[in-house]
Amino acid sequence: MSVLSGRDMVGGYGGADILKGCSIEVDEGEIAVIVGPNGAGKSTAMKALLGLLPLKQGSVWFRDRELTDLNPQQRIAAGIAFVPQTDNVFTSMTVRENLEMGAFLRNDDFSDSIEQIFELFPALADKHAQLAGELSGGQRQQVAVGRALMAQPTVLMLDEPTAGVSPIVMDELFERILEVRRSGVAILMVEQNARQALSIADRGYVLVIGENRYTDSGKALLANTEVRRAFLGG
Amino acid sequence: MDAITDLINALVLLLNYVVVPGLSYGSQLALGALGITLVFGILRFANFAHGDSMAFGTMVTILVTWWLQARGINLGPLPTALLAVPVGIVFTIVLLVATDRFVYRYYRRQKAAPVTFMIASMGVMFMTNGIVRFVIGPNDQRFLDGERFIISAREFKASTGLSEGLSIKVSQGLTIVIAVLLVAVLFWFLQKTRTGKAMRAYSDNEDLALLSGVDPDRVVLITWIITAILATIAGALYGLDKSFKPFTYLQLLLPMFAAAIVGGIGNPIGAIVGGYVIAFSEVMVTYAYKKVFIYLLPQSLEPEGLLQLLSTDYKFAVSFVILVLVLLLRPTGILRGKVL
Repeated sequence: MSVLSGRDMVGGYGGADILKGCSIEVDEGEIAVIVGPNGAGKSTAMKALLGLLPLKQGSVWFRDRELTDLNPQQRIAAGIAFVPQTDNVFTSMTVRENLEMGAFLRNDDFSDSIEQIFELFPALADKHAQLAGELSGGQRQQVAVGRALMAQPTVLMLDEPTAGVSPIVMDELFERILEVRRSGVAILMVEQNARQALSIADRGYVLVIGENRYTDSGKALLANTEVRRAFLGG
Repeated sequence: MDAITDLINALVLLLNYVVVPGLSYGSQLALGALGITLVFGILRFANFAHGDSMAFGTMVTILVTWWLQARGINLGPLPTALLAVPVGIVFTIVLLVATDRFVYRYYRRQKAAPVTFMIASMGVMFMTNGIVRFVIGPNDQRFLDGERFIISAREFKASTGLSEGLSIKVSQGLTIVIAVLLVAVLFWFLQKTRTGKAMRAYSDNEDLALLSGVDPDRVVLITWIITAILATIAGALYGLDKSFKPFTYLQLLLPMFAAAIVGGIGNPIGAIVGGYVIAFSEVMVTYAYKKVFIYLLPQSLEPEGLLQLLSTDYKFAVSFVILVLVLLLRPTGILRGKVL
């Protein structure tokens, strides 16, 4: 039983359906990656899992609890954290305040968790009192991921976490994501850098126009000649 | 020796007619502008009803003050109105939360454009103004009692031997002290408390705040409560300092909006800076400097005119000119608020 799964999801933003029967799942301690061409519905699939998109058909499950009719707030409270692709930090608040906002729903003492985030992203420890809006793109992404982790989520969803950052920063971010997986969190991400993302993925989904085209382990998809030719540029 | 006395007299004159009135009027504008900026930052619309929220809170305060005075209850040297303000705040909270439930919430659910909210707020403005004029009437009301002066001009002259007097009214002193305390508490709340941080987060990035588990209804409710507190206190202080007339509070909208925008709308520190900038500009441009120059210049150069840049009738033009200049030259305001 996967920790989070969307089954046969159909839906869109009012007009034509963007998702046409797409299924995604991820389990604890696992990285699942959604890749595919532009307009395939990758981010939309993630938004459907979070409840930001009403489904016409299909269902969303958190372990054996059905989430389909819950709003995003209720799903977050259930243990799903989401890092949007853009506008994913509070620019007018300090790094520490951003992390505190991540722990907004927690009632326990979360100072340990802040220290853990600073261990995971040492660059943030030095800048804890700086406004997030003043940080570089890569550091902002770290704050964004840190904010999401502060909620101690069971599932962490990342929408193109490496969009717009340099290759070095990207490598480091993937490195950190692997570290987060080791702590048992289920990670689901949408990525433009398909090759690199699939190389760390336990599970890969290739979406094409709102449907699952290929589903396999990341390594198997990388080895699949058809996938490589059609989606990974040879 | 005479030259020094003249200089001191000139300074006292400026202190008396520019600095003290500017500080107290600026504090009143700052409190008003803070309410406008909070609603703009969190509910994301320009609240035209704010001046009339102030009038409503002040009206309730006045009615309760009269009731207390009729029962012989007073605060000695301090105005009785201070005892009545909490009641005014409670009524204003009820009014603002009710208008939110019946008017603004509907548009929030529709995800209406800010301009729709603004026009709805004009409707609320007319309605509130109507209630106030219906209950207390359109005329001037005075409700100040207790001591009138902290320092009176006569005492000042007697104790210093200067020919110019400095007077500080109790209402002016109270305005400045209360404004400082209120602003300190507000900033502590916004910076340090969990709810305050949630409000800032919601203002900064609504979607991300929702993703962090912030409850939007609670943020909206608390915003209206704080707005009601600020509006009632600002209105009561203005009424004590000048006098209460419903139409004056409608007119206060312009300098208050100017203050919020000049300082950087959505930015609370900006609202305070803007409040003083507008107040001092108004006071300085409309003050007649003749007497100051008589003290400072040799007798042969004594000015003939009043040396007043603008008649006080035009004081609203001052905030309007500053507003237009800021919107043209630096639309984010002095402290970089949001662009309208």
